[in-house]
Amino acid sequence: MKISIDTDNCCGAGQCVLIAPEIFDQDDDGIVILLDPTPSDEMHDAVEDAIAICPADVIHVE
Amino acid sequence: MDPMKALIPLPTQPPPGCPFSPPQEYTELRIEHPVSRVSMPDGSWAWLLTRYSDIRSALSDPRFSSDVNAPGFPRSGMVTAGEGSSLIRTDPPEHGRRRRMLTHSFTVKSVSALRRRIQQITDQLCDEMEKQKRKDGPDGSVDLVRSLALPLPSLVISLLLGVPYEDRALFQSITATVLSRVNTEDERTTARKELRAYLDHLVAGKEADPGDDILSELVHERMREGQLTREEVTGTATLLLIAGHETTANMIGLGALTLVRNPRAADELREDPSLMPGAVEELLRFHSITRSGPRRAAIADVEVGGQPIKAGEGIVCAVASANRDPEQFPDADTVDIRRRNAQHHIAFGYGVHQCLGQSLARAELEISLNTLLTRFPELRLAVEFAEVPFRSDMLVYGCHALPVTW
Repeated sequence: MKISIDTDNCCGAGQCVLIAPEIFDQDDDGIVILLDPTPSDEMHDAVEDAIAICPADVIHVE
Repeated sequence: MDPMKALIPLPTQPPPGCPFSPPQEYTELRIEHPVSRVSMPDGSWAWLLTRYSDIRSALSDPRFSSDVNAPGFPRSGMVTAGEGSSLIRTDPPEHGRRRRMLTHSFTVKSVSALRRRIQQITDQLCDEMEKQKRKDGPDGSVDLVRSLALPLPSLVISLLLGVPYEDRALFQSITATVLSRVNTEDERTTARKELRAYLDHLVAGKEADPGDDILSELVHERMREGQLTREEVTGTATLLLIAGHETTANMIGLGALTLVRNPRAADELREDPSLMPGAVEELLRFHSITRSGPRRAAIADVEVGGQPIKAGEGIVCAVASANRDPEQFPDADTVDIRRRNAQHHIAFGYGVHQCLGQSLARAELEISLNTLLTRFPELRLAVEFAEVPFRSDMLVYGCHALPVTW
Protein backbone atom coordinates (compact mmCIF):
# COMPACT_ATOMS: atom_id res chain seq x y z
CA MET A 1 0.00 0.00 0.00
CA LYS A 2 1.34 3.39 -1.01
CA ILE A 3 -0.69 6.44 0.04
CA SER A 4 -0.80 9.77 -1.72
CA ILE A 5 -2.69 12.88 -0.65
CA ASP A 6 -4.04 15.88 -2.52
CA THR A 7 -3.44 18.72 -0.07
CA ASP A 8 -4.81 21.37 -2.45
CA ASN A 9 -8.31 20.02 -2.06
CA CYS A 10 -8.19 19.00 1.62
CA CYS A 11 -10.99 20.72 3.57
CA GLY A 12 -9.46 20.11 6.99
CA ALA A 13 -12.32 18.09 8.47
CA GLY A 14 -9.75 16.04 10.41
CA GLN A 15 -11.56 12.71 10.18
CA CYS A 16 -8.45 10.87 8.93
CA VAL A 17 -6.54 12.06 12.00
CA LEU A 18 -9.20 10.60 14.28
CA ILE A 19 -9.18 7.26 12.47
CA ALA A 20 -5.45 6.78 11.89
CA PRO A 21 -3.35 9.25 13.88
CA GLU A 22 -0.26 7.13 13.14
CA ILE A 23 -0.63 7.85 9.44
CA PHE A 24 -2.29 11.27 9.17
CA ASP A 25 -1.91 14.59 10.94
CA GLN A 26 -3.01 18.17 10.29
CA ASP A 27 -0.72 21.15 9.79
CA ASP A 28 -1.35 24.44 11.59
CA ASP A 29 -3.99 25.34 9.01
CA GLY A 30 -5.78 22.02 9.40
CA ILE A 31 -4.53 20.58 6.11
CA VAL A 32 -3.63 16.89 6.01
CA ILE A 33 -0.02 15.80 6.54
CA LEU A 34 0.99 12.29 5.54
CA LEU A 35 3.15 10.84 8.32
CA ASP A 36 3.65 7.42 6.77
CA PRO A 37 3.01 6.86 3.04
CA THR A 38 3.68 3.10 3.28
CA PRO A 39 1.90 1.89 6.42
CA SER A 40 2.26 -1.64 7.75
CA ASP A 41 -0.37 -4.27 6.99
CA GLU A 42 -2.21 -3.90 10.29
CA MET A 43 -2.93 -0.25 9.46
CA HIS A 44 -4.54 -1.00 6.09
CA ASP A 45 -8.10 -1.27 7.42
CA ALA A 46 -7.81 2.08 9.17
CA VAL A 47 -6.42 3.68 6.01
CA GLU A 48 -9.27 2.21 3.92
CA ASP A 49 -11.69 3.65 6.48
CA ALA A 50 -10.05 7.06 6.25
CA ILE A 51 -10.30 6.93 2.45
CA ALA A 52 -13.99 6.04 2.63
CA ILE A 53 -14.79 8.77 5.13
CA CYS A 54 -12.67 11.64 3.76
CA PRO A 55 -15.30 14.20 2.68
CA ALA A 56 -13.11 15.78 0.01
CA ASP A 57 -11.77 12.50 -1.42
CA VAL A 58 -8.13 13.56 -1.16
CA ILE A 59 -6.59 10.30 0.11
CA HIS A 60 -5.62 7.74 -2.51
CA VAL A 61 -3.71 4.47 -2.58
CA GLU A 62 -1.75 2.70 -5.25
CA MET B 1 -43.62 10.22 -13.53
CA ASP B 2 -47.23 11.25 -14.07
CA PRO B 3 -47.08 15.04 -14.27
CA MET B 4 -50.68 15.33 -13.08
CA LYS B 5 -50.04 13.38 -9.91
CA ALA B 6 -49.76 15.62 -6.87
CA LEU B 7 -46.28 15.64 -5.38
CA ILE B 8 -45.83 14.58 -1.79
CA PRO B 9 -44.77 17.45 0.44
CA LEU B 10 -41.20 17.51 1.77
CA PRO B 11 -41.42 15.18 4.78
CA THR B 12 -40.47 16.89 8.04
CA GLN B 13 -42.36 15.17 10.85
CA PRO B 14 -41.40 12.03 12.78
CA PRO B 15 -44.09 9.33 12.86
CA PRO B 16 -46.61 9.80 15.70
CA GLY B 17 -45.30 8.37 18.96
CA CYS B 18 -41.81 7.71 17.53
CA PRO B 19 -39.83 10.89 18.19
CA PHE B 20 -36.50 9.10 17.56
CA SER B 21 -37.51 8.11 14.03
CA PRO B 22 -36.98 10.22 10.94
CA PRO B 23 -40.09 10.88 8.80
CA GLN B 24 -41.75 7.58 7.89
CA GLU B 25 -41.94 8.52 4.19
CA TYR B 26 -38.17 8.04 3.87
CA THR B 27 -38.35 4.25 4.18
CA GLU B 28 -40.58 3.86 1.15
CA LEU B 29 -38.87 6.59 -0.85
CA ARG B 30 -35.44 4.98 -0.37
CA ILE B 31 -36.77 1.79 -1.95
CA GLU B 32 -39.29 3.07 -4.50
CA HIS B 33 -38.18 6.58 -5.48
CA PRO B 34 -34.76 7.35 -3.99
CA VAL B 35 -34.56 10.55 -6.06
CA SER B 36 -38.08 11.92 -5.93
CA ARG B 37 -39.81 15.18 -6.74
CA VAL B 38 -41.40 16.76 -3.63
CA SER B 39 -43.37 19.95 -3.13
CA MET B 40 -41.85 22.63 -0.92
CA PRO B 41 -43.71 24.79 1.64
CA ASP B 42 -43.89 27.74 -0.80
CA GLY B 43 -45.42 25.65 -3.61
CA SER B 44 -42.22 25.16 -5.58
CA TRP B 45 -40.67 21.69 -5.99
CA ALA B 46 -37.26 20.07 -5.57
CA TRP B 47 -35.63 16.65 -5.83
CA LEU B 48 -35.47 14.82 -2.51
CA LEU B 49 -32.54 12.40 -2.18
CA THR B 50 -32.95 9.67 0.42
CA ARG B 51 -30.20 7.08 -0.20
CA TYR B 52 -26.80 7.19 1.48
CA SER B 53 -24.82 6.55 -1.72
CA ASP B 54 -26.78 9.11 -3.80
CA ILE B 55 -26.46 11.82 -1.16
CA ARG B 56 -22.73 11.27 -0.76
CA SER B 57 -22.17 11.42 -4.49
CA ALA B 58 -24.30 14.58 -4.88
CA LEU B 59 -22.64 16.39 -1.98
CA SER B 60 -19.18 15.76 -3.40
CA ASP B 61 -20.14 16.69 -6.98
CA PRO B 62 -18.98 20.18 -8.06
CA ARG B 63 -21.91 20.36 -10.50
CA PHE B 64 -24.11 21.05 -7.48
CA SER B 65 -23.79 24.57 -6.10
CA SER B 66 -24.28 25.75 -2.50
CA ASP B 67 -24.98 29.30 -3.67
CA VAL B 68 -28.53 30.23 -2.64
CA ASN B 69 -28.61 32.67 -5.54
CA ALA B 70 -28.00 29.91 -8.12
CA PRO B 71 -31.10 29.36 -10.29
CA GLY B 72 -33.30 26.64 -8.84
CA PHE B 73 -31.75 26.62 -5.38
CA PRO B 74 -34.51 25.31 -3.05
CA ARG B 75 -34.80 28.24 -0.67
CA SER B 76 -38.27 27.51 0.56
CA GLY B 77 -38.47 27.19 4.35
CA MET B 78 -34.89 28.35 4.83
CA VAL B 79 -33.57 31.66 5.98
CA THR B 80 -31.47 32.93 3.15
CA ALA B 81 -31.68 36.69 3.49
CA GLY B 82 -28.25 38.20 3.90
CA GLU B 83 -26.69 34.77 3.78
CA GLY B 84 -24.98 35.25 0.45
CA SER B 85 -21.70 36.09 2.11
CA SER B 86 -21.77 33.06 4.38
CA LEU B 87 -19.09 30.42 3.96
CA ILE B 88 -21.59 27.59 3.64
CA ARG B 89 -23.21 29.31 0.65
CA THR B 90 -19.94 29.66 -1.27
CA ASP B 91 -18.59 27.28 -3.93
CA PRO B 92 -14.98 26.26 -4.58
CA PRO B 93 -12.45 27.74 -5.09
CA GLU B 94 -13.65 30.74 -3.03
CA HIS B 95 -15.05 28.38 -0.42
CA GLY B 96 -11.66 26.76 0.16
CA ARG B 97 -9.95 30.13 0.52
CA ARG B 98 -12.46 31.25 3.13
CA ARG B 99 -12.62 27.94 4.97
CA ARG B 100 -8.86 27.75 5.33
CA MET B 101 -8.92 31.02 7.28
CA LEU B 102 -10.80 29.14 10.00
CA THR B 103 -9.67 25.52 9.91
CA HIS B 104 -6.71 26.03 12.26
CA SER B 105 -9.06 26.83 15.14
CA PHE B 106 -10.93 23.55 14.74
CA THR B 107 -8.22 20.97 14.05
CA VAL B 108 -8.10 17.79 16.11
CA LYS B 109 -5.06 19.25 17.91
CA SER B 110 -6.63 22.65 18.63
CA VAL B 111 -9.71 20.94 20.02
CA SER B 112 -7.60 18.56 22.15
CA ALA B 113 -6.03 21.60 23.72
CA LEU B 114 -9.52 22.84 24.64
CA ARG B 115 -10.64 19.62 26.30
CA ARG B 116 -9.55 20.55 29.79
CA ARG B 117 -11.48 23.84 29.55
CA ILE B 118 -14.57 22.05 28.21
CA GLN B 119 -14.36 19.61 31.13
CA GLN B 120 -14.11 22.48 33.64
CA ILE B 121 -17.16 24.20 32.18
CA THR B 122 -19.07 20.90 32.19
CA ASP B 123 -18.13 20.26 35.85
CA GLN B 124 -19.29 23.74 36.86
CA LEU B 125 -22.60 23.32 35.08
CA CYS B 126 -23.09 19.92 36.74
CA ASP B 127 -22.32 21.51 40.15
CA GLU B 128 -25.11 23.99 39.45
CA MET B 129 -27.46 21.14 38.53
CA GLU B 130 -26.73 19.48 41.87
CA LYS B 131 -27.31 22.71 43.78
CA GLN B 132 -30.62 23.29 42.07
CA LYS B 133 -31.73 19.73 42.69
CA ARG B 134 -30.82 19.97 46.40
CA LYS B 135 -32.75 23.21 46.69
CA ASP B 136 -35.84 21.67 45.11
CA GLY B 137 -35.83 18.58 47.36
CA PRO B 138 -36.29 14.90 46.53
CA ASP B 139 -39.03 15.54 43.98
CA GLY B 140 -37.07 18.29 42.26
CA SER B 141 -36.18 18.05 38.62
CA VAL B 142 -33.73 19.89 36.42
CA ASP B 143 -34.13 20.82 32.75
CA LEU B 144 -31.03 19.28 31.18
CA VAL B 145 -31.37 21.47 28.08
CA ARG B 146 -31.28 24.72 30.02
CA SER B 147 -28.76 23.65 32.61
CA LEU B 148 -26.16 21.81 30.49
CA ALA B 149 -26.94 20.98 26.87
CA LEU B 150 -27.41 24.59 25.74
CA PRO B 151 -25.02 26.50 28.03
CA LEU B 152 -21.99 24.23 27.41
CA PRO B 153 -21.65 24.76 23.65
CA SER B 154 -22.84 28.38 23.99
CA LEU B 155 -20.07 29.11 26.49
CA VAL B 156 -17.43 27.36 24.40
CA ILE B 157 -18.28 29.05 21.10
CA SER B 158 -18.58 32.45 22.85
CA LEU B 159 -15.13 31.91 24.26
CA LEU B 160 -13.64 30.90 20.91
CA LEU B 161 -15.33 33.60 18.87
CA GLY B 162 -14.93 36.34 21.44
CA VAL B 163 -18.65 36.95 21.98
CA PRO B 164 -19.53 38.11 25.52
CA TYR B 165 -21.44 35.25 27.15
CA GLU B 166 -23.54 37.83 29.02
CA ASP B 167 -25.22 38.45 25.66
CA ARG B 168 -26.39 34.84 25.41
CA ALA B 169 -30.07 35.64 25.96
CA LEU B 170 -29.92 37.75 22.82
CA PHE B 171 -28.11 35.30 20.55
CA GLN B 172 -29.93 32.24 21.85
CA SER B 173 -33.37 33.75 21.29
CA ILE B 174 -32.44 35.07 17.85
CA THR B 175 -31.10 31.64 16.87
CA ALA B 176 -34.30 29.99 18.08
CA THR B 177 -36.35 32.33 15.86
CA VAL B 178 -34.10 31.84 12.84
CA LEU B 179 -34.30 28.04 13.05
CA SER B 180 -38.03 27.78 13.63
CA ARG B 181 -40.34 26.31 11.03
CA VAL B 182 -43.37 27.97 12.63
CA ASN B 183 -42.13 31.54 12.44
CA THR B 184 -42.78 33.40 9.22
CA GLU B 185 -40.08 34.16 6.67
CA ASP B 186 -40.33 37.83 7.70
CA GLU B 187 -39.82 37.01 11.38
CA ARG B 188 -36.79 34.89 10.59
CA THR B 189 -35.31 37.52 8.31
CA THR B 190 -35.79 40.18 10.97
CA ALA B 191 -34.12 37.98 13.60
CA ARG B 192 -31.21 37.33 11.29
CA LYS B 193 -30.80 41.06 10.66
CA GLU B 194 -30.80 41.68 14.43
CA LEU B 195 -28.04 39.13 14.87
CA ARG B 196 -26.01 40.75 12.10
CA ALA B 197 -26.45 44.16 13.66
CA TYR B 198 -25.27 42.76 17.00
CA LEU B 199 -22.24 41.12 15.42
CA ASP B 200 -21.46 44.24 13.36
CA HIS B 201 -21.30 46.15 16.61
CA LEU B 202 -19.04 43.46 18.06
CA VAL B 203 -16.72 43.59 15.02
CA ALA B 204 -16.36 47.34 15.50
CA GLY B 205 -15.42 46.67 19.12
CA LYS B 206 -12.76 44.14 18.10
CA GLU B 207 -11.25 46.68 15.71
CA ALA B 208 -10.60 49.06 18.56
CA ASP B 209 -9.85 46.52 21.26
CA PRO B 210 -8.84 43.07 19.96
CA GLY B 211 -8.86 39.97 22.13
CA ASP B 212 -7.41 36.50 21.72
CA ASP B 213 -10.30 35.09 19.73
CA ILE B 214 -11.41 34.12 16.22
CA LEU B 215 -13.36 37.31 15.58
CA SER B 216 -10.41 39.54 16.50
CA GLU B 217 -8.15 37.44 14.30
CA LEU B 218 -10.53 37.75 11.33
CA VAL B 219 -10.77 41.51 11.83
CA HIS B 220 -7.06 42.19 12.27
CA GLU B 221 -5.42 39.56 10.07
CA ARG B 222 -7.99 39.20 7.28
CA MET B 223 -10.24 42.24 7.07
CA ARG B 224 -7.45 44.78 7.48
CA GLU B 225 -5.35 42.93 4.90
CA GLY B 226 -8.23 43.11 2.45
CA GLN B 227 -8.78 39.33 2.33
CA LEU B 228 -12.28 39.58 3.79
CA THR B 229 -14.87 42.31 3.63
CA ARG B 230 -16.57 43.46 6.79
CA GLU B 231 -19.73 41.78 5.58
CA GLU B 232 -17.88 38.48 5.14
CA VAL B 233 -16.46 38.72 8.65
CA THR B 234 -19.94 39.31 10.08
CA GLY B 235 -21.33 36.50 7.92
CA THR B 236 -18.69 34.09 9.19
CA ALA B 237 -19.33 35.12 12.79
CA THR B 238 -23.09 34.60 12.33
CA LEU B 239 -22.51 31.12 10.95
CA LEU B 240 -20.06 30.05 13.65
CA LEU B 241 -22.22 31.41 16.44
CA ILE B 242 -25.43 29.72 15.28
CA ALA B 243 -23.82 26.46 14.15
CA GLY B 244 -21.59 26.40 17.20
CA HIS B 245 -24.21 26.29 19.90
CA GLU B 246 -27.55 25.15 18.54
CA THR B 247 -26.51 21.89 16.85
CA THR B 248 -24.31 20.51 19.61
CA ALA B 249 -26.85 21.56 22.23
CA ASN B 250 -29.52 19.44 20.61
CA MET B 251 -27.20 16.46 20.19
CA ILE B 252 -26.22 16.60 23.88
CA GLY B 253 -29.90 16.54 24.86
CA LEU B 254 -30.81 13.71 22.50
CA GLY B 255 -27.65 11.80 23.39
CA ALA B 256 -28.39 12.01 27.12
CA LEU B 257 -32.01 11.00 26.57
CA THR B 258 -30.94 8.01 24.45
CA LEU B 259 -28.54 6.79 27.13
CA VAL B 260 -31.16 7.27 29.86
CA ARG B 261 -33.41 4.97 27.85
CA ASN B 262 -30.62 2.44 27.14
CA PRO B 263 -29.29 1.55 30.61
CA ARG B 264 -27.20 -1.30 29.22
CA ALA B 265 -25.34 0.99 26.86
CA ALA B 266 -24.95 3.51 29.71
CA ASP B 267 -23.45 0.79 31.96
CA GLU B 268 -21.06 -0.33 29.24
CA LEU B 269 -19.89 3.25 28.72
CA ARG B 270 -19.39 3.77 32.45
CA GLU B 271 -17.33 0.60 32.67
CA ASP B 272 -15.30 1.34 29.56
CA PRO B 273 -15.11 5.05 28.68
CA SER B 274 -12.96 4.21 25.65
CA LEU B 275 -16.24 3.20 23.98
CA MET B 276 -17.49 6.81 24.18
CA PRO B 277 -16.03 8.16 20.89
CA GLY B 278 -17.72 5.30 18.98
CA ALA B 279 -20.95 5.83 20.91
CA VAL B 280 -20.93 9.52 19.98
CA GLU B 281 -20.57 8.61 16.28
CA GLU B 282 -23.49 6.22 16.61
CA LEU B 283 -25.64 8.86 18.34
CA LEU B 284 -24.79 11.36 15.60
CA ARG B 285 -25.79 8.78 12.98
CA PHE B 286 -28.96 7.71 14.75
CA HIS B 287 -30.33 11.20 15.41
CA SER B 288 -29.06 13.18 12.40
CA ILE B 289 -30.47 16.42 13.77
CA THR B 290 -30.14 18.52 10.60
CA ARG B 291 -33.60 18.13 9.14
CA SER B 292 -33.74 20.73 6.38
CA GLY B 293 -30.84 19.86 4.11
CA PRO B 294 -28.13 20.18 3.00
CA ARG B 295 -29.54 21.68 -0.20
CA ARG B 296 -27.93 22.38 -3.55
CA ALA B 297 -28.77 23.62 -7.06
CA ALA B 298 -27.57 21.78 -10.18
CA ILE B 299 -25.43 24.09 -12.33
CA ALA B 300 -25.10 21.45 -15.09
CA ASP B 301 -27.15 18.43 -16.12
CA VAL B 302 -26.36 15.63 -13.67
CA GLU B 303 -27.58 12.08 -13.16
CA VAL B 304 -28.02 10.91 -9.57
CA GLY B 305 -29.01 7.33 -8.83
CA GLY B 306 -30.20 6.95 -12.44
CA GLN B 307 -32.37 10.07 -12.27
CA PRO B 308 -31.44 12.91 -14.65
CA ILE B 309 -31.40 16.28 -12.90
CA LYS B 310 -31.29 19.36 -15.11
CA ALA B 311 -29.23 22.48 -14.59
CA GLY B 312 -31.35 24.95 -12.64
CA GLU B 313 -33.13 22.29 -10.56
CA GLY B 314 -32.70 22.00 -6.80
CA ILE B 315 -32.00 19.07 -4.51
CA VAL B 316 -32.66 18.47 -0.81
CA CYS B 317 -30.47 15.81 0.80
CA ALA B 318 -32.24 13.91 3.58
CA VAL B 319 -29.25 13.18 5.77
CA ALA B 320 -31.50 11.61 8.41
CA SER B 321 -32.63 9.12 5.77
CA ALA B 322 -29.10 8.40 4.50
CA ASN B 323 -27.95 7.62 8.02
CA ARG B 324 -30.78 5.08 8.40
CA ASP B 325 -30.14 3.47 5.01
CA PRO B 326 -29.88 -0.29 5.68
CA GLU B 327 -27.68 -0.68 2.60
CA GLN B 328 -25.00 1.22 4.49
CA PHE B 329 -25.94 0.57 8.13
CA PRO B 330 -27.42 -2.88 8.85
CA ASP B 331 -30.16 -2.77 11.49
CA ALA B 332 -30.05 0.99 11.01
CA ASP B 333 -32.94 1.81 13.37
CA THR B 334 -31.14 0.32 16.37
CA VAL B 335 -28.60 2.20 18.50
CA ASP B 336 -25.45 0.08 18.65
CA ILE B 337 -22.63 1.89 20.45
CA ARG B 338 -20.15 -0.65 19.05
CA ARG B 339 -21.31 -0.28 15.43
CA ARG B 340 -18.26 -0.90 13.31
CA ASN B 341 -18.90 1.73 10.64
CA ALA B 342 -20.79 4.35 12.69
CA GLN B 343 -18.25 7.02 11.73
CA HIS B 344 -19.31 6.64 8.10
CA HIS B 345 -22.43 8.65 8.96
CA ILE B 346 -22.97 11.94 7.19
CA ALA B 347 -24.61 13.80 10.07
CA PHE B 348 -21.91 16.46 9.58
CA GLY B 349 -22.67 16.56 5.85
CA TYR B 350 -20.29 15.39 3.16
CA GLY B 351 -18.01 17.00 0.61
CA VAL B 352 -15.92 20.12 1.12
CA HIS B 353 -18.67 21.77 3.17
CA GLN B 354 -18.61 19.07 5.82
CA CYS B 355 -18.94 20.61 9.29
CA LEU B 356 -15.91 22.69 10.18
CA GLY B 357 -16.54 22.32 13.91
CA GLN B 358 -17.00 18.56 13.97
CA SER B 359 -13.98 17.88 16.20
CA LEU B 360 -15.28 20.42 18.69
CA ALA B 361 -18.77 18.91 18.57
CA ARG B 362 -17.32 15.45 19.20
CA ALA B 363 -15.28 16.68 22.17
CA GLU B 364 -18.28 18.48 23.72
CA LEU B 365 -20.48 15.42 23.27
CA GLU B 366 -17.93 12.97 24.65
CA ILE B 367 -17.15 15.12 27.68
CA SER B 368 -20.73 16.08 28.54
CA LEU B 369 -22.15 12.57 28.17
CA ASN B 370 -19.26 10.98 30.00
CA THR B 371 -19.61 13.45 32.87
CA LEU B 372 -23.37 12.94 33.08
CA LEU B 373 -22.94 9.15 33.22
CA THR B 374 -20.36 9.25 35.98
CA ARG B 375 -21.74 12.08 38.12
CA PHE B 376 -25.40 11.12 37.86
CA PRO B 377 -25.51 7.33 37.45
CA GLU B 378 -29.15 7.39 38.59
CA LEU B 379 -30.12 9.97 35.95
CA ARG B 380 -33.67 9.43 34.67
CA LEU B 381 -36.51 11.32 33.05
CA ALA B 382 -38.66 13.32 35.47
CA VAL B 383 -41.65 13.09 33.11
CA GLU B 384 -43.08 10.37 30.88
CA PHE B 385 -41.19 9.93 27.60
CA ALA B 386 -44.37 10.88 25.74
CA GLU B 387 -44.35 14.25 27.54
CA VAL B 388 -40.88 15.29 26.36
CA PRO B 389 -41.37 18.24 23.98
CA PHE B 390 -39.51 17.39 20.77
CA ARG B 391 -38.45 20.01 18.25
CA SER B 392 -40.47 18.82 15.27
CA ASP B 393 -41.21 22.52 14.66
CA MET B 394 -37.52 23.37 14.16
CA LEU B 395 -35.00 22.96 11.36
CA VAL B 396 -32.59 21.38 13.86
CA TYR B 397 -34.16 18.44 15.70
CA GLY B 398 -33.83 17.82 19.43
CA CYS B 399 -35.77 18.47 22.65
CA HIS B 400 -37.10 21.88 23.68
CA ALA B 401 -36.70 20.78 27.29
CA LEU B 402 -35.54 17.63 29.05
CA PRO B 403 -36.72 17.40 32.67
CA VAL B 404 -34.48 14.94 34.53
CA THR B 405 -33.94 13.80 38.08
CA TRP B 406 -31.65 11.35 39.90
